[in-house]
Amino acid sequence: MTPLTGFLMVAALVFAIGLAGALTRRNAILVLIGIELMLNAANLNLIAFWRYGPHPEALTGMMFAIFSIAVAAAEAAVGLGLVIQIYRHAHTTDLDQMNRMKG
Amino acid sequence: MSFVFCVLAALTVVGGMAAVLLKNTVHCALALTVAFAGLAFLFLDLDAQFAGFAQILVYIGAVAILVVFAILLTKGSETPKDGVFSSTWLAGLAIAAAVFAVLGWAVLGSSNVLPHEAAVPDVTVKDIGIALMSRYVLPLEIVAILLTAATIGAVIVAMHEKEEPK
Repeated sequence: MTPLTGFLMVAALVFAIGLAGALTRRNAILVLIGIELMLNAANLNLIAFWRYGPHPEALTGMMFAIFSIAVAAAEAAVGLGLVIQIYRHAHTTDLDQMNRMKG
Repeated sequence: MSFVFCVLAALTVVGGMAAVLLKNTVHCALALTVAFAGLAFLFLDLDAQFAGFAQILVYIGAVAILVVFAILLTKGSETPKDGVFSSTWLAGLAIAAAVFAVLGWAVLGSSNVLPHEAAVPDVTVKDIGIALMSRYVLPLEIVAILLTAATIGAVIVAMHEKEEPK
């Protein structure tokens, strides 16, 4: 296995773990944690391809990863704000109990 | 496959598994921090120093703390009586396993066309700064606007509602 393949396999595994967490956990915060893991796995792919790609001095993959980190931070802030607001409204973060669109 | 890579990959994967599988939500957040640290060290192993330290600053410094705050504000640390996994966990696990199977098959199947070895890229933080201020200045400004909007939006969404008359 080449180094690039190793990094890609680790990224695929972390992505699958994050997806499993987002799909199976009941707590809304744990679902957000799963989404963060998936975003990080994508970042690892971008950096790995930047490192082993033909033109690392063009910085394309690196810039993509940096902007992706910034967007993920914004997403986490808004997502956790939404979870806190839903908790105030429904007094639970259990997604199985959130079965109504009407408040 | 160096020894360092194996250790860091194991750290990341075990941290991610613990973050998803543990029962106590606070423990999940701490395991998430371990996974983020493993990913940051993997970035450093890939000679991406700036991205690695940005990962440590943004994820371990900000996102993990934000997750812990959200858990403590929502009483999420109490383990529910009827299990931590949703009623459709089997379908979710099957979907995740299928996605990993497809990704792994694609990666392993294309390993002979992927580049094998590359010289260590000679990129300094100065180069990144120059690139951010020249070629990537428009995305940088858009990210600045996005972060401002997200900060204001998060504060407005999570702000206390006015007390209802009793």
